[in-house]
Amino acid sequence: MSGAGLTRERTLLLFPALLLLALVVAVPILRVVQLGFHRVELDGGIALHWAGLEPYARLWQDGRWWGALRNTAVFTGASVALELVLGVAVALLLHERFRGRGLARALVMVPWALPTAIMALAWAWIFNDAFGVLNDLLGRLGLVRGPVAWLGGPGTAMLALVVADVWKTTPFVALIVLAGLQGIPEPVLEAARVDGLSAAQRFRRVLLPLLGPSLLVAVAFRAVQAYGAFDLPYVMTGGGPGGATETVSLYAYRNYFRYLDFGYGSAVAVQGALLAALLAAALMGLAGRRGRVRA
Amino acid sequence: MSGGANARPRATGALRALALAAVLAWSAAPAVWQALTALKPDAQITRTPTVYLPSPPTWRHVQALWDRKPFGRYLANSAAIAAAATLLCVSLAALAATAIARLPGRGREGTLLALLVVSLFPPILLLFPLYEGVRALGWVNHPLALVLPFAALNLPLAVWVLEGALRALPAELDEAGRLDGLSALGRLRRVHLPLALPALATTAILVFIFCWNEFMLSLTFMTRDAAKTVTAGIASVSGASLHEIPWGQLSAAIVIATLPLVALVLLFERRIVSGLTRGALKG
Amino acid sequence: MSMVELRGEEITKDFADGARALDRVSFVARPGRVLTLLGPSGCGKSTLLRIVAGLERATSGRLRLGDEPFDDVPAGRRGVGFVFQNYALYPHLTVEGNLSLALEAGRVPRGEIRRRVAETAEWLGLGGLLGRRPGQLSGGQQQRVALGRALVRRPRLYLLDEPLSNLDALLREGMRAELKALFARVGATVIYVTHDQTEAMSLSDDLIVLRAGRVLQCAGPLEVHRRPADVFVATFVGSPRMSVWRGRRDGDVLACRGVQVPVPRGLGGNGELCVGIRPEDVEVATSPLEGGWPGELEVVEPLGSQVLLTLRVGGERVRALAAPAERPAASWVRWPGGSLHWFEAESGRRLEPDGPTVEVIR
Repeated sequence: MSGAGLTRERTLLLFPALLLLALVVAVPILRVVQLGFHRVELDGGIALHWAGLEPYARLWQDGRWWGALRNTAVFTGASVALELVLGVAVALLLHERFRGRGLARALVMVPWALPTAIMALAWAWIFNDAFGVLNDLLGRLGLVRGPVAWLGGPGTAMLALVVADVWKTTPFVALIVLAGLQGIPEPVLEAARVDGLSAAQRFRRVLLPLLGPSLLVAVAFRAVQAYGAFDLPYVMTGGGPGGATETVSLYAYRNYFRYLDFGYGSAVAVQGALLAALLAAALMGLAGRRGRVRA
Repeated sequence: MSGGANARPRATGALRALALAAVLAWSAAPAVWQALTALKPDAQITRTPTVYLPSPPTWRHVQALWDRKPFGRYLANSAAIAAAATLLCVSLAALAATAIARLPGRGREGTLLALLVVSLFPPILLLFPLYEGVRALGWVNHPLALVLPFAALNLPLAVWVLEGALRALPAELDEAGRLDGLSALGRLRRVHLPLALPALATTAILVFIFCWNEFMLSLTFMTRDAAKTVTAGIASVSGASLHEIPWGQLSAAIVIATLPLVALVLLFERRIVSGLTRGALKG
Repeated sequence: MSMVELRGEEITKDFADGARALDRVSFVARPGRVLTLLGPSGCGKSTLLRIVAGLERATSGRLRLGDEPFDDVPAGRRGVGFVFQNYALYPHLTVEGNLSLALEAGRVPRGEIRRRVAETAEWLGLGGLLGRRPGQLSGGQQQRVALGRALVRRPRLYLLDEPLSNLDALLREGMRAELKALFARVGATVIYVTHDQTEAMSLSDDLIVLRAGRVLQCAGPLEVHRRPADVFVATFVGSPRMSVWRGRRDGDVLACRGVQVPVPRGLGGNGELCVGIRPEDVEVATSPLEGGWPGELEVVEPLGSQVLLTLRVGGERVRALAAPAERPAASWVRWPGGSLHWFEAESGRRLEPDGPTVEVIR
């Protein structure tokens, strides 16, 4: 392949991938946006009736939508914050060379590789009020007086979700931070050491600023992923109790497949996606600005 | 905070070891607990206070798995669909990555950025239209209903990783091949492919993991038991109240369904780490 | 800035894989003087420097600053200014930030910080660059910032790890002179690591030549040049390189390949010996020289102000410096017997015509 630029050969190479993406992503996005503007009725097949912005107005008035949005925000915020702190801690632990580091890294990675939906069941079992091991441990340690109905209370159910999510995705954040750490030249930290900076000072004034860009990338990725979380709430809590853990994705799903309200479900999905896009753009923009400062 | 371990006092070393042990225990605990539950006789599973170690361990749950539901089918379906989707995805991604790697700066960055954006869409957005399409094609309960979307949804990641690896290949090798008289196809076979093999393997492993773990589409498109993947099959049990679930069997199912992934991670940890971080760092 | 000397006693460093980086190295860095650690890559000089800085710990041996033992003092508290080979500037801070970080962390009052930074910047000619980031600076500028970072703390000891090796030749020459002037001006105690013997010669007050973790010679630069204690030192120090012949002693001649060199009276050592002569001590001519040897001119390398000739004498080669000429020609070589350097071939140790061999450590 000689020279740069889009040659016919290269276009041919790109074509199959682009075609697949068009079919699986581009077309469905157009369709779902279309559906969001319609009232959809089951009439033999699917009948579309133009409704304009009415579904979105309905969304605005929909208490359950706002609840789902709030739940999603709480879930996303709490998860990402915790993952960030834990991810950095784990990365720092794994950064130094020690015997068995490869094995340790592999073990740390395991939660990330396991299917969320399946592990959600495992977590539901751990948080089970009657037979769950968590209640047993807490009871034995004397930290609680009686069994806690984790998945039965709105606050505790959300806590359980967050714990399960943090368990699964901290490795991912840790990985990104680890890569960022490896990008920091060792002599720079040594220079700080010889200059008389304590470990805490080195962390705050040298390590953290240099990690900034990769941290922001991790946050942006995770935030958007957490926002679209479906597997965990569906399997672990079913959105309950009483919708206390129903996320935007779950609410859209319910509209689609429980209430068969395809138009409204689409509006929910589209609105959710728009907000996610805003979030991503804001975070990426922040990352871009900080990243440029590194010159 | 630097690597001069020689000059560090021993106290922090012990603290680190403790912290590391805690992290490892935390990572392994839920899976280990599942394994223990899977081996406990029913009576001990629902005993309070909790029985920690099965005594004696029983294989009954594992055996019952194959009686109760077509668990073996689930595994086979997952494996087949994930493998097919991985093959398709990596092939397309390799072709695309080859093209993108040689685009001029702005075109390349733009394309990669576009791919990144695509990967950020919440999947729920695509679910219903895809479902409509699958129904229209009569592909409900057909593996293709999952293979194509899986391949597509993992393209961005695959392209990122492969493109990065291809760009890292020195251009001089290609030139040396040309000067040695190799055709484009010859160079692909003898120069590019062998060098890109590690990256291809890494990408394949990552994509396979994501495909195996997928839930939403599998749940929606596969309604018949015999067609379900292992994630949809196991998790669909959660429809009923959590008290009626046979936890012993379920735990056994969970362990068996996740064992391949644990094995993959332990075997290929280095590859997975390098592939993910390369993909993520570019962002 | 207190004027104390830094002593290293029998410093040994073994690495985890069993490699021995330093073998009972002793040294003295005297106040206000520049001590250079010179040697090829892998000789352990950087390791020694890092041990002094506290970035590594010696396996055995002791460090003393004046009277106080230094080994257990953590790296940040040693009052040492370190200049890294690759500068290791803080990429996220401006030049000003780089210069002031250590002082800020040390809770020096703001006014004092500003004063010192301004002063240091002026000394090093960094005035207009204070607002820039390392990524925007040239190699030479970065190097000066790295220097400044050490200077601004007014440390007791300066440690420089091959600071000029990443600069191009012209810049290196200029910086060498600047460094020498700077050291003199600040009255600094300096330990300087390099593999470049020209730097070592021009900058040092005291010189230690290291090889494979061992000290080969410890003396002033002129002494090292004039009386190298080891054949390796002899060929490593001095440019152009010394020509060395190896042969078997046969009575009072050294039988080399195709040529015999008279051995001076009273020279100890039997068996295999090495003899060396520096190019600047070799006299060439086109007509026979009394007491010399016939030689065949093989290579002519114009060096600008001089020409480096390589001649074949018997089966050996010798290099000589001559004045530049249109068509350099030479067929005879000669050198004064006193400017020959004699060494034992096995151990590499220097041999003296009358008296014992040269002491390695003073």
